[in-house]
Amino acid sequence: MVDWLWSFSGSKETLGVALRTMSICTPMRKRLVGVLLIALFGMLLLACYPDNPQSTFDATGPVAQSQLDLFWMIFWAALVVFIVVEGVLVYTIIRYRRKSEDYDPPQTHGNTVLEISWTILPAIILAIVAVPTVTTIFDNANSPSLAGEPAIEVEAVGYQWWWEFKYDDPNNPGNEIVTANEMHIPVDTVVNVTLTSPNVLHSFWIPKIAGKVDVVPNNINKLWIKAEETGSFLGQCAEFCGVAHANMRFRVIVESSAEFDAWLASQDEPALEPVDPLAIEGKTIFEGNQAQCWTCHTVSGSAKAQGTVGPNLTHVGSRTHIASGIRVNDQKNLREWIADPDRVKPGNLMAATAKVYTEPTSKLTDAQVSALVRYLQGLK
Amino acid sequence: MTTLGIPIPKRPIHPTGVWDWLTTIDHKKIGVLYGVTAFFLFLTGGVEALWMRVQLMGPEADFVTPEVYNQLFTMHATTMIFLGVMPMGAAFFNFLIPLQIGARDVAFPRLNAFSYWTFLAGALILKFSWFMGGAPNAGWFGYAPITGIEYNPGNGIDFWILSLQVLGIASLAAALNFIVTIINMRAPGMSLMRMPLFTWMSFVTAFLLILAFPVITVALIELMFDRFYGTNFFVTSAGANPLLWQHLFWVFGHPEVYILILPAMGIVSEILPTFSKKPLFGYPVIVLSGVVIGFMGWMVWAHHMFTVGLGPVANSVFAVTTMAIAIPTGVKIFSWIGTMWGGSISFKTPMMFAIGFIALFIIGGLSGVMHSSAASDAQQQDTYFIVAHIHYVLFGGAIFAIFGGIYYWFPKMTGKFLGEKLGQLNFWLMFIGMNVTFFPMHFLGLDGMPRRVYTYSEGMGWDYWNLVATVGSVVLALGVLVFLHNFFKTLISGEEAPGDPWDGRTLEWSIPSPPPHYNFVQIPTVSDIDDWWHRKREDDSSLAPVAGSSEDEHDIHLPDPSYWPLVTAVGLFIGAYGLLYTLNIGTFTGFPLFAIVGGSITLVGITAWSLEPVNEPDSDH
Amino acid sequence: MAQAELAHGGHEEHQTTTGLSHKKLLMWAFLGSDCMFFGSLIATYLVYKNRSLGGPLPEDVFDILTTSTSTFVLLMSSMSMVLAYSALTRGNMNGFRIWLLSTCIMGATFLGFQVFEFNEFVNHEVHFECSHLEDLTKFERTFADRCDGTVDEVFIEHAGLTPRTNLFGTTFFVLTGFHGGHVTLGVIWLLAMFFYSLRKGGITPAKHEEVDLAALYWHFVDIVWIIIFTVIYLFGVFPGF
Repeated sequence: MVDWLWSFSGSKETLGVALRTMSICTPMRKRLVGVLLIALFGMLLLACYPDNPQSTFDATGPVAQSQLDLFWMIFWAALVVFIVVEGVLVYTIIRYRRKSEDYDPPQTHGNTVLEISWTILPAIILAIVAVPTVTTIFDNANSPSLAGEPAIEVEAVGYQWWWEFKYDDPNNPGNEIVTANEMHIPVDTVVNVTLTSPNVLHSFWIPKIAGKVDVVPNNINKLWIKAEETGSFLGQCAEFCGVAHANMRFRVIVESSAEFDAWLASQDEPALEPVDPLAIEGKTIFEGNQAQCWTCHTVSGSAKAQGTVGPNLTHVGSRTHIASGIRVNDQKNLREWIADPDRVKPGNLMAATAKVYTEPTSKLTDAQVSALVRYLQGLK
Repeated sequence: MTTLGIPIPKRPIHPTGVWDWLTTIDHKKIGVLYGVTAFFLFLTGGVEALWMRVQLMGPEADFVTPEVYNQLFTMHATTMIFLGVMPMGAAFFNFLIPLQIGARDVAFPRLNAFSYWTFLAGALILKFSWFMGGAPNAGWFGYAPITGIEYNPGNGIDFWILSLQVLGIASLAAALNFIVTIINMRAPGMSLMRMPLFTWMSFVTAFLLILAFPVITVALIELMFDRFYGTNFFVTSAGANPLLWQHLFWVFGHPEVYILILPAMGIVSEILPTFSKKPLFGYPVIVLSGVVIGFMGWMVWAHHMFTVGLGPVANSVFAVTTMAIAIPTGVKIFSWIGTMWGGSISFKTPMMFAIGFIALFIIGGLSGVMHSSAASDAQQQDTYFIVAHIHYVLFGGAIFAIFGGIYYWFPKMTGKFLGEKLGQLNFWLMFIGMNVTFFPMHFLGLDGMPRRVYTYSEGMGWDYWNLVATVGSVVLALGVLVFLHNFFKTLISGEEAPGDPWDGRTLEWSIPSPPPHYNFVQIPTVSDIDDWWHRKREDDSSLAPVAGSSEDEHDIHLPDPSYWPLVTAVGLFIGAYGLLYTLNIGTFTGFPLFAIVGGSITLVGITAWSLEPVNEPDSDH
Repeated sequence: MAQAELAHGGHEEHQTTTGLSHKKLLMWAFLGSDCMFFGSLIATYLVYKNRSLGGPLPEDVFDILTTSTSTFVLLMSSMSMVLAYSALTRGNMNGFRIWLLSTCIMGATFLGFQVFEFNEFVNHEVHFECSHLEDLTKFERTFADRCDGTVDEVFIEHAGLTPRTNLFGTTFFVLTGFHGGHVTLGVIWLLAMFFYSLRKGGITPAKHEEVDLAALYWHFVDIVWIIIFTVIYLFGVFPGF
């Protein structure tokens, strides 16, 4: 149904043809109304063009698709109700506009048949809407893995203001593979996501893959997702969680099963040891007492860097984005981020708590920033 | 009264000027105070909204900092709901209910004055927060635990809590007063099923108020104790469940939605019959559907929580109850159209706003049904789609009805017509501005734009419609400016209005404009719905409003003005701040001097109030 | 809150639509509102029941016998309130004063019990013998490891329950504290009425409604306590709830 809709109005050509067709076969006044209506309708549909990175109209996967189907169903029902009721409203006020000041219209007080029917009719429409609603609620609540479909498990943890993703280590049961802000999943596979938060509320939402589920401290929420296309899908925290809420983004990277396995294996490796001198210096700074990066960040393989307050940086160089998905991971951005994180992502806790940003005397020099950038970029 | 030998300052008898307004217990003057104050606060909320629209005009703007943006959306919503729409409703309750039921005042006139002054105190506590270290920043819903001291150490949340508590006292007092007034002070013959629709909807609203406000009061007490005294209600490290706040908040919050919209529906139900020259179509059904909405408003709160993980069973139940509440709402809309059908419709400004209300409320109602479907709501919850919905029901709904009500009853309140040409301009600017502002938000939401974000990146596809929305908000603001111009112009040189300027149907139109302080020379006897209409049609000689002769006036005894409601409210104002600001005096650390001073003033106020007779025995009658 | 404020004023218009006085209606509506207030507090308590991360818990601190006594006193105060009102309507002013005063005294006694109880909870101590570890409550068992063979008994002085201790302390003290506040207000109201009745013409059988309102409030506060006693105390200590 959706595809049909876009093919109808998705391009200017079809819209133009439709308009011309209208203009040939209708008289002047009606034609104008028709043109306006179609233009309006076309505009409305174009307004929600599914190309947008977080458009809910471009569902990939059964969860988002079921939600979209439900949306369209209710939308069409609502559109019919809208046209009928607003139409009757407009008709009424035109037809019964005051023509004479002295005229008192008949003082009718009601009409039982009419009143009963306009109580029952909406009830029927709503009952029709309620049935697929309830079935979809249950479908989306119960993961297919309950019925035996193979699934992988991911834990998503909401922090202020970034996401952590934890995978079971296939090579080392009981161990966890930890990454941040980019969740890799295999295509066409059920993924059960467990949502937790050690701080405030968040909401986990990847519009093209699944509607949101809130992340609530002291409550464990679950959702299941399944992506049917490979690619990178944007997600965003949807529950107000504080000053940098707008910048709490993340990505879901859907890849083939083989790519996913390779990725997971690479994440399981300890961090690469730096080789070039600048990167080695960067590591020294990272683990030094001036910058103290290690108190908050983990780089597995390092004896010192085992902090868990900030994102795990073991393979930060392999991520496509930094600062919870708001900047591309390149040298320039990484530099800006380390030099002045508050400018890139206002309110973030690193800028608010790390000594190098709060105490002017501890400020990092340009050379130190360069070294850190080189080191972090090398953590592939 | 000197029975206890306590010297009490002499009671204000016939005060003038400022003292008249400070000590008045006349429901009409209190209504005006409510209306003017609420409108001013509505403007401040509008400025906050415009500020946000400027920030969101384009991607990655830095007109305001994220912290200030968070304060803006928190203050905008809190202001509009608690300081704008609710007290504007209260303004109409005050002015109209006694007039519509044929009474000379409310049941407890001094309690009524107290409600107003307490409301003002609460409003000031909230609004002053901008200048006292920062406004609240956690949303009008204040979801735990971000309101906790651990995540929010500033005083903003404290101002928010204290302000809402004080406002709660004001609302509770007002609602109790109106319940008693409506039950007990109806004119002879004014049975419940002959009451004007506005009074009916206010009656339902008052019940919702007295039952819903205690719930938010408890939630706020719990939050306040957490912040002030270290209890654990919402402290997650002690095992607290943040969902407790959400449940308490929405058990209050959903009836609150109907507290906002039912009076608006009442106003529209008054305007439509008058300008269609027809009685309300299906009066009993409209009354019943209002009552049903009031009841069902308690069964749908968790639809605000579809995504928090209540489980499929709870979500299904609340989805179905939420859909069900659309039925009585639909019945109202159909009945309003039925009222106009076959009528003789005049398009004066009040009617334009009433028709605008219906047209826009339909859209808000339909998008409401869209997110009642819990599964598809998972894509809509906390996005701009919801922002669009609430503005269609609360701006297109409540605010349009309130503007219609102002145009409709302004002649009654002041004896002057608001300018009709400016009124039409006002309507069209607001109607167009409202749609241009809020309709694109549907698109933004479905395109994945979450609410409460101070910025968004380029390339999300949100730039265009955000720009359109901002342009629309300017048009909307122009509409409000036109209203202000109209208002002041009318006060200076408005056209004189007679007692019954619109060929009205209810009792308030049977008396002169503005009404005398005693309202009715003789309490009318009612024999029908739309009694005044019928009296006019049956006997032409009674068409002229009944004016009071001085002889009659002399026999009417009304309660005298009083200082004590104001004193009591001032005490609450000081006391609320006092809970925040403590002094260190010698060994007493954190000595709550101001709280004690404020509490004492309140106590003195209440005591003197209860010892004061309704009428001074030696006053001049 | 205030004296009768019949806005109709005048001489012949004192009757109201329903025949009930404004104040009576006000009181009923207010009590309806207050039901929601206590309902929310009790709901909070129940939501957090058994969710405290540590002790002390109800079974550690509750003493059903003491609280039953104070509950009985409060219930009896309701009865004496009825007798006071009935004496007033019969014109027996002395009987009215006696019963009213005894209501105040019983109310104050209840408050005394509550202060005593709060004090006990705050100063709760854990004391057990290492030979009887099987009888310990869940909270006491957290100290069982102190029986390492070198001591015969364990005595922990500071194991009190305050509103900050755990979720039980928070919800318990705030709920019962607000109820105590209501009782205090009631006692002040009744005392004021008692002293007022000593003045000539202060309270007369014709003004029985003033007393009726206070009585309504008093009974309401008692009923709330019955619910609190059942739900919090009895359900708190007896297993199976």
